[in-house]
Amino acid sequence: MTPGELIFGGGLVSTVYLMLAVPLVAAIVLAALPWHRVSSVLNAAASLLTLAMAISLLFGTRPKPTNFIFIDDLNVSLIVLTSLVAFTTSWFSASYIAHEVEIGRLTPLSLRFYHAMYQVLSAAMILALCANNIGVMWVAIEAATLTTVVMVSIYRTRESLEAAWKYFILCSVGIALALFGTILVYLAGQTVIGPGVEALAWTELHARAAAFDPNILNLAFVFLLVGYGTKVGLAPLHAWLPDAHAEGPTPISAVLSGLMLNVALYALLRFKMILAGNAGAIAPGPLMLTMGLSSLLLASVMLYRRRDIKRFFAYSSIEHMGIITFAFGLGGPLANFAGLLHMVLHSLTKSAIFFAVGHISQVKGTQRIADMSGLTKTHPLLGWGFVLGVAAIAGLPPMGPFLSEFLVVTSAMARQPWLAVPVVLGLLLAFGALMMRLQQIAFGEPRGGTAPVSASLAPLYLQLAMVLVAGLWLPAPLVSWFQNVARLLGS
Amino acid sequence: MLYGLDFDIAHTLGTSVLLLSFALLYQRRLSGVLEAFALQAVFVAASAAWQAWSQDAPQLYITAVIALGFKAIAIPLALGHIVRKLGIHRTIETVLGVNLTLLAGVGLVALSILLVFPVTLASGNVTRENLTLALSVVLLGLLMMITRRNAVTQVIGFMSLENGLVLAAVGVKGMPLVVEGSIAFSILIAFIVFGMFFFRIRERFDTLDLQYLESFRGDRHVDRP
Repeated sequence: MTPGELIFGGGLVSTVYLMLAVPLVAAIVLAALPWHRVSSVLNAAASLLTLAMAISLLFGTRPKPTNFIFIDDLNVSLIVLTSLVAFTTSWFSASYIAHEVEIGRLTPLSLRFYHAMYQVLSAAMILALCANNIGVMWVAIEAATLTTVVMVSIYRTRESLEAAWKYFILCSVGIALALFGTILVYLAGQTVIGPGVEALAWTELHARAAAFDPNILNLAFVFLLVGYGTKVGLAPLHAWLPDAHAEGPTPISAVLSGLMLNVALYALLRFKMILAGNAGAIAPGPLMLTMGLSSLLLASVMLYRRRDIKRFFAYSSIEHMGIITFAFGLGGPLANFAGLLHMVLHSLTKSAIFFAVGHISQVKGTQRIADMSGLTKTHPLLGWGFVLGVAAIAGLPPMGPFLSEFLVVTSAMARQPWLAVPVVLGLLLAFGALMMRLQQIAFGEPRGGTAPVSASLAPLYLQLAMVLVAGLWLPAPLVSWFQNVARLLGS
Repeated sequence: MLYGLDFDIAHTLGTSVLLLSFALLYQRRLSGVLEAFALQAVFVAASAAWQAWSQDAPQLYITAVIALGFKAIAIPLALGHIVRKLGIHRTIETVLGVNLTLLAGVGLVALSILLVFPVTLASGNVTRENLTLALSVVLLGLLMMITRRNAVTQVIGFMSLENGLVLAAVGVKGMPLVVEGSIAFSILIAFIVFGMFFFRIRERFDTLDLQYLESFRGDRHVDRP
């Protein structure tokens, strides 16, 4: 094999490389452009181009896996989801940023930085998803973390600096532990596969997992779970998450909640598949069940005491990551299906909610929940969009998350009935908190600013429409797709 | 029992790295912390170079050079500059007392021996040793980050944690360059980010002590009347 073939493989792999190159080139251009209006349009355009290429991966022949890149059913769906939400967020970001510049919270220089970082972030996330190499994936997740750290600190206030510092320290430690786990997986792999880059490739690791030393895999998984679990925001490693969401710009909150947490969870799922392929290794299920349940319960209790709207929805993200981790911990085709579906729907719903939250805090001039009541009276279109989003995330029918949460609960009933009780309890608790705050924000005596929303609400309603359609009718190809992936994930 | 010269030298170098992790834990002055860290990086570099020679893996020399040039020389110099410029020569506060910290450190080393030794029976002696030492260094780095409140010492704790990771990576036979390169890469970026943080923290608070930073917490500010 020539070096060229080793890296680029045969056939259609070039689409994947192009998909990584577009955001990186855009980042360089955006770092140089001084006009922020042009930059925000270009940012959205680059994201749209990336999305188009991601969608093209769905059709045509799958490229043959190389030692760096591979595309399979699991990661292609997440790549499309990631580039979709990255695009809608960049669309939302354009209007959000314009307002921030108007009120002087951001300077043109920091905006150049912001847009460049946004593109680096999407490149890093896509690389993490399509890498066929656990080392490269680790580097990509680290890079994504660092770019978001910088973006969280962009307002340079005392609070945002503290949030970014905390985020940075906790996630760096997490990611360092994940690297130790990665080295252990390589150690397990190289005794079977032989030294070299093949022993880092997902395709090789999955194919030959049965022959690995189970003891090393067990130890490795503990480090990986703690390491990547920190990035997923699983309790008790979630301390960075609410601060990072609350103090950074809202588009970054949307990307963090909607995409970054998914990418880290994807890494965990892949490692779980290696363990599932080895008969002697511990079942990772119970560990994930415990962490998932504790995140769900902790976050749903914590929701009641939040006074800041972005912090409130950050805790809601912890809650939902808990549900998803719980579903994958349960394992089996049905629970995996539910977990995957909830992963997708949570991304779409939560980023839509953050779009609404961004506009709300801008028109009301505050993030304090008590100061933003009566939204449906002052801003009907925005207000009702927000109501729909919160109804969806609370799990009300006919929105999509109702379906996936229902599936999680029923599969828990079928497999481990006594585990369904705490899940339902957590869901009900969170539902109560969400309704209480929704009542306060959407209805009641109007308070706060009444200036009209100048921005387009299209990204918000576009994603809500997708969530609604998913709740009413899932297209058959999509269902069989998810079923296929759920089988891949194993028990 | 004799394992041969290969093992003895790897053992000596690895243990020196661990020893310097302990040294980092009890330094009371920032300059002492920086010196201990630089020395640790020298031993990490030596360890990588030795593995490069004994495994006949020339790419590991690059790792050694990076560790030596970047972590043993460039970073301590830069951090020393920051410390001088900001005038923070004073002694540093620890959360626990030195004795308790060292005791906890010994416990962590025992823990990593108990964790790694039984599960790596099939691997070579050098790999087993290096992984155990590496995990100890990682855990001691964590301990340092937890027990020191000062931003500079937290950075050093993080870097010493990464030293442990390098030790682990070079000890495993044939680990591809990807990982070593990535470690160097991440250290580089980490340093830039840290540098920016310093700049801004200095700009805003005139202090590098994180205790001041953490006086603000979460939701509380909005609860105040």
